[in-house]
Amino acid sequence: MPVLTVREALQQALHEAMADERTFIIGEDIGHYGSTYGVTAGFLEKYGPERIRDAPIAEAGIVGLAIGAAMAGMRPIAEIMSVNFSLLAFDMIINHAAKIYSMFGGKFSVPLVMRTTNGWTQLSATHSQSFDSMFAHIPGLKVVAPATPADMKGMFRAAMADPDPVIFIEHTLMYGIKGEVPEGDYIVPIGKSVLAREGRHITVVTYSRMVHLSLQAADILAKEGIEVEIVDLRTLRPLDMSVALESFKKTNRAVVVTEDWQSYGTSAEIATRLYEHGFDYLDAPIQRVNFREVPMPYAKNLEQQVVVTTDRIVAAIKKVLNRS
Amino acid sequence: MQKRRGATQAEVAAASSLRSTMTSTPFSRARDHLGDAQLVELYRQMMLIRRFEEKCQEMYTRAKIGGFLHLYVGEEATGVGAISNLQPQDHIFTHYRDHGHAIARGLNIDELMAELFGKDTGTSHGMGGSMHFADITKNFWGGYAIVGSHLLLAAGVALACQMQKTNGVVMVFFGDGATNGGEFYESLNFAQLWKLPVVFVCENNLYAMGTPIEVHSSVKEIYRKASAFDMKAMRIDGNDLLTVREQVGEAVEYARSGQGPVLVEAMTYRFRGHSAQDTQKYRSKEDVEQHRSQDPVLIFRKELIDAGVSSAADIDALDAVIDEQVEASVRFADESAVPGNEWLTDSGIYAAPLATATVDPDLV
Repeated sequence: MPVLTVREALQQALHEAMADERTFIIGEDIGHYGSTYGVTAGFLEKYGPERIRDAPIAEAGIVGLAIGAAMAGMRPIAEIMSVNFSLLAFDMIINHAAKIYSMFGGKFSVPLVMRTTNGWTQLSATHSQSFDSMFAHIPGLKVVAPATPADMKGMFRAAMADPDPVIFIEHTLMYGIKGEVPEGDYIVPIGKSVLAREGRHITVVTYSRMVHLSLQAADILAKEGIEVEIVDLRTLRPLDMSVALESFKKTNRAVVVTEDWQSYGTSAEIATRLYEHGFDYLDAPIQRVNFREVPMPYAKNLEQQVVVTTDRIVAAIKKVLNRS
Repeated sequence: MQKRRGATQAEVAAASSLRSTMTSTPFSRARDHLGDAQLVELYRQMMLIRRFEEKCQEMYTRAKIGGFLHLYVGEEATGVGAISNLQPQDHIFTHYRDHGHAIARGLNIDELMAELFGKDTGTSHGMGGSMHFADITKNFWGGYAIVGSHLLLAAGVALACQMQKTNGVVMVFFGDGATNGGEFYESLNFAQLWKLPVVFVCENNLYAMGTPIEVHSSVKEIYRKASAFDMKAMRIDGNDLLTVREQVGEAVEYARSGQGPVLVEAMTYRFRGHSAQDTQKYRSKEDVEQHRSQDPVLIFRKELIDAGVSSAADIDALDAVIDEQVEASVRFADESAVPGNEWLTDSGIYAAPLATATVDPDLV
């Protein structure tokens, strides 16, 4: 099986999507600039400005025009460079993309894929956030956040084939991550979680970049004889808890790792579902590992204390195991 | 409260007197071009909107209709005149005051009344209500209730028209109050930048809900806002049906020819409040009465009779048919079933089946 980076896997998926004449990409600096994270590098030269649409810095417009085009039979990909900028398009995303199908009685839908990125690297308060829970809160949206190159490609295919609006969340610190990517026409369905690692002592429920940090934590703990099972949710809405609950019923302990603030965040929903459906199997309180609840500081020493690290995941796992 | 009969009234009067000095008028040109039967048809559309909405008000008072009810009464000439220029391949987006545009585009009034009654036979299965009429078989993409937002969707459909080479034009309606928010400026910039086939029709009824235009907009002549984008723009008398038809017709053909979008500012006036609950403290009864004396529907009715296009008796008979159709729509809506609970499940929210339910069936 070929080994690709997340970036390469996405590029393959985007080239495949462009084979459909209805597809165009609209976003900031996707063409002439050469793409901020390099994903659409070379696309303008290959597909031309009609289909690789460098947009003004106007996020509501980027998403709004993509919604309209999607309603009228196109299969657009809207790129919001950083999820932080998606706030300027929230009316389009929440009041329009998410509502149009049901509000008009199911007569038409919005087959839109909106790509965006989480991430941080000393970018301070307004460029280092994650709004996963805000998207996942909204009925009508589908929200995916794959972790591996194979899932990036397979879920992007699923997103493009879907008649509903899909928020496709990437991560700026993941584009270089490598992994095996199957050849041929495989699809990773939206709304199906998966085991990322088997183990019998404790369950870690996570997604996106935190899968990789959790795997590192599991490697460290394996040397101490602790076997960590890791569930990669892959999709936040609809949220498939079946794999996590199966695992939890076996290990009776869980840590939820998400790269957002804890209060009202995705980990709150995930932990609640474990409590609601796994209460009888619970041997210890669930522990959560998240961003510390402050606007992200610029100073590196402070930023490192806010973000989730492998050390913090290890500590949380040990805390749960010691309490049971 | 400032008296606000000045500038706008004077301008509209000036526009009228200009027309009367010309040898041919929009009326005579339209009569030559369309023929008498089509002129009567345009009257029929305006009166159908008027009577439908008067019935809506009655049904709202009787609690058959819930939510907000925003009536178009007084603005009929703008919607009917503008939409009369559109072809089947063209598209319409509008705001929450959408009844008039829907009827002008030929949506079925039985289904519209059923939508207002929250019935399954409604245009949106009772999921949308007054603010969200739609029928994509007529490329009528709906009423949208977040002010200004739908301008971007309209530009998006225009982009699709351009890329698909359908020769279609998108007409989007909005009020003066929508021209101060960011979506308006973003949509004008995108449309002009990419030469999208959009006709932006601003229905300037002088109030953003209840806030007068001189309080809400730094520029009172809305059409001038297009100059920032080098966009073609015009201000027209929105209360004169055939002026609207003629001027907007030029805008539609300009957009269709690929030259880019046009902003049309149609000066009009809503006779009723912003919504059915509006007590209208922001304007005087005298102002409203003065405008009502210039009722665009009644003026056009008189023009038809005076010009010999139709007899008073024939118009009366047509009005009676309209009344019966409106009554029938109420019966249809009354007798229709309510929507089923499937609208409360994932199948009512998503076009594709979900691999996992979003609502846990075990939760009470």
